[in-house]
Amino acid sequence: MNPRILKALLIKEIKLMKRNPLIPKIIIAMPIMVMLVLPLVANLDVKNVGVTVVDNDHSQLSRRMIADIGASEYLTVNAVAGTYDEAMASVERGEADVILTIPPHYSRNLSVGDAELDIEANGVNATKGMLGAQYVSQSVMETLSQWRSENGLSITVPETSIINLYNPTLNFRNYMVPALIVVLLIIICGFLPALNLVSEKESGTIEAMNVTPVSRFAFVLSKLIPFWIVGIIVVAVGMTVGWLVYGLAPAGNIGAIFLAAILFSLAMSGLGVTIANKSATMLQSIFVMFAFIMIFQLMSGLFTPIRSMPEWAQYVTYAIPPRYFIEIMRSVYLKGAGIIDLWPQYTAIAAFAVLLSLLAAITYNKRT
Amino acid sequence: MSIFRSLIKKEALHIVRDTRTMVITLLMPIVLLLLFGFAISTEVNDVRVVAVVDQYTDDTRDILQRLRVNEYLTFQGLTTPEDVNALLRSGKTDAALFLRSEEVELKSQIVVDASNTNTAQTATAYIRGVINSTSAKSTVLTNTLYNPQLKSAYNFVPGILGMIFILICAIMTSVSIVREKETGTMSLLLVSPVKPRTIILGKLIPYFLLSCVILTVMLLMAYTVLGLPVSSSVISVIAVSLLYIILSLSIGLMVSTVVDTQLTALIVSAVMFMLPVIMLSGMIFPIDNMPIVLQWISNIIPARWYIEAMRKLMVQQLAFSYIIKDVLILLVMTVVLLAASIAKFKSSTR
Amino acid sequence: MDKGNAISVRNLTKRFGSFTAVDHISFDVAKGEIFGFLGANGAGKTTAMRMLCGLSIPTEGDGSVAGCDIMTQAESIKRRIGYMSQKFSLYSGLTVEENIRLFSTIYGMTSKQIREASERLFKELGMQDMRRAYVKDIPVGWRQKLAFAVATIHKPEVVFLDEPTGGVDPVTRRKFWELIYKASSEGMTVFVTTHYLDEAEYCNRISIMVDGKLSALDSPAALKEKYHAATIDEVFRIVAQNAQRGD
Repeated sequence: MNPRILKALLIKEIKLMKRNPLIPKIIIAMPIMVMLVLPLVANLDVKNVGVTVVDNDHSQLSRRMIADIGASEYLTVNAVAGTYDEAMASVERGEADVILTIPPHYSRNLSVGDAELDIEANGVNATKGMLGAQYVSQSVMETLSQWRSENGLSITVPETSIINLYNPTLNFRNYMVPALIVVLLIIICGFLPALNLVSEKESGTIEAMNVTPVSRFAFVLSKLIPFWIVGIIVVAVGMTVGWLVYGLAPAGNIGAIFLAAILFSLAMSGLGVTIANKSATMLQSIFVMFAFIMIFQLMSGLFTPIRSMPEWAQYVTYAIPPRYFIEIMRSVYLKGAGIIDLWPQYTAIAAFAVLLSLLAAITYNKRT
Repeated sequence: MSIFRSLIKKEALHIVRDTRTMVITLLMPIVLLLLFGFAISTEVNDVRVVAVVDQYTDDTRDILQRLRVNEYLTFQGLTTPEDVNALLRSGKTDAALFLRSEEVELKSQIVVDASNTNTAQTATAYIRGVINSTSAKSTVLTNTLYNPQLKSAYNFVPGILGMIFILICAIMTSVSIVREKETGTMSLLLVSPVKPRTIILGKLIPYFLLSCVILTVMLLMAYTVLGLPVSSSVISVIAVSLLYIILSLSIGLMVSTVVDTQLTALIVSAVMFMLPVIMLSGMIFPIDNMPIVLQWISNIIPARWYIEAMRKLMVQQLAFSYIIKDVLILLVMTVVLLAASIAKFKSSTR
Repeated sequence: MDKGNAISVRNLTKRFGSFTAVDHISFDVAKGEIFGFLGANGAGKTTAMRMLCGLSIPTEGDGSVAGCDIMTQAESIKRRIGYMSQKFSLYSGLTVEENIRLFSTIYGMTSKQIREASERLFKELGMQDMRRAYVKDIPVGWRQKLAFAVATIHKPEVVFLDEPTGGVDPVTRRKFWELIYKASSEGMTVFVTTHYLDEAEYCNRISIMVDGKLSALDSPAALKEKYHAATIDEVFRIVAQNAQRGD
């Protein structure tokens, strides 16, 4: 491969990209839009859990429990129902997420021995239901232990303090913002190279290249390398918005982020070019890319923890390149981790970058 | 009627011949459903925890034993205070429990990796539960309504359908019509004696049928593989879905009348319809959590109402009377869009 | 295979599934010759040309272009030929100069050679004031001339022209053929497909393809005599009257 030829091809790609009426706008505007809107939308933080209490006890204790739930930061008592059926109806109307049932004579039974409370969570929204039930259970337990100690029933409960490392305010946005930069790179560095190559096919300029002695490695590399620059710009814009709007700056080294971004852009654009090589029409390449992007987003641990997946699925995630980039971004941003801490992730992304670029070059056929 | 039939046949052949796109439209919903059903879960069911103990007493031994047996926790053993930070930073553990005995009193501290707030809160809750149950028996029974395994799968079936129908009906249809505009075959058809209505129907029916195939496959999977209970609501589910398919087709028709190139059709459909469906319809992210302005915007997204109605029918097993509002909104949207796009199509052909 | 021929093929065949686009064609083109390749749409001209340029792998047959084997040495052929088609050619978002620099670098020319070649080219074509214009902004006729100049900038042994004058007015076409003659006089072999049958008269020899086969091959004068026709147009109609494919 002749470096002069590669340089000439790169100059062509970058000039064409800069002169395209749409691409520079997409590279700048899309990160800004996504970073402004998505953190507001992609909020899996559980707040405002609606609790309906069925109070069959009507004691001082039960009233205190209800008051304590109401005072909790995440919980709202939306009704105190007379019967269980009424409470169910409020769940069906979508008003309540959790039902707390206090049985008759609860506080009397408690002073004698054991008594049980019932908490039922609405499973339609699994996260909200589950966390909501936990919050209610915690609040109730606290009320109970206070009540016990006041009534001399107390057995010492260890005092517990909690330290929330890396994200002391427990702000869900801090978790999402670094990962959203990855989403941006997935979309931009996946779709743009695919569209670029398919449009060269449609306009016929690719024939002009195929009939020259240019090596396919040089040609494919000239398609991939500009996306290093694109990746750096996208990440820089994303990080700037994250800092200005959400006050979130990486705790670790910025260089570590850019290194990962360059490797990841190469992997994504390699995939995009491979798909375009194998596609006849624009629609086809978009559909195939879309399928990949959906699976990437779901399986990369972006929205749901990888460790909650069954074992086989956790193995699958090793084959999902953004998995490693998301881990790097979150660790560098929040925990201040460095390249040395994260060397397995960097190695994995680098391997994907090499593999997918090779695949792009191999699947590119100058002769049919 | 033979012209009509040959138009449909032509379009159907066109869809079937592009094997790759066809396979993706059929496979993608199935793969997504399986992923949502069996791979992805928002529930946190495996928290890794290490412990640091300064003095062994009956109480601490008790707590450690409980950590070991708790099904939601993986106890990774004891460590030293110096190592805790490194373990948390490299992500090798999720939380550390410090137990300190001060005279007779036991004090505990939970240090948790809070970078993922949901995992952190759940981890804290589990560990606190373990500590507190040392002193009192668990007196709270927790269970889940509707969705006992807390599998998110049912919840996502409506969302996947809402997205796939937009993909097929809006994107594929509009691109296919615009392609005919680009190549000029559309004008050829329009100058022929065939009525515009026949041309439109000939275009739409094959995509309608493809959507019905996908609906059938998805419902069969939901009722068998995912074990969704079969009830009388099936009829309502199908009826609401058909309405939504027609709505999506009118979106496709609308897009095709206002744009001129395949690329624009793709971008318009993706940005104006696909992204909002994924982001704002409540498919993944709860609408209640959004800022109020975005909640207003979500009101004009058809998928929002479709997903809401389907969830009530499929997950909560409610009667049709609970979804009348959603159905009415979808109906009005369909009528308006269909009328507007047909009027636009007619005026653009003159 | 004769060393004196620029192109020489025997039984060249291309099938796509059950469809035979090019069916056992054999011919030789001498060095420095202007060889016209005629045929209706779908007759197989473009497929045949793509095989010669190393863009398409022949299903059967053998042959050589500029001394290289078309089956095994496609990349070597590409170094020795130039190619221009009506559909391609240049990057419309790049300027005239940028296109020239890109393609001549790919052909391995040094910066000095490129500078000299483009100076000469601008002078000959009279395009000095268009050097910095985007290709998409210059008129079609100029674009075609520029594409030809770029295809021949590295002085290839053979230049392939696929309907080079499509959509161009007669005056520009005339000028374009002057460029072809000039290239030929410098020793370049020219292989050209065309729709315009009057252009066929400018060629040293022409071949007519019908349904994937070569139906006639000779000099324009000899063909006219053979078919007792006054023009190549008439010759073409007689040869192609039984065609099954095309329009």
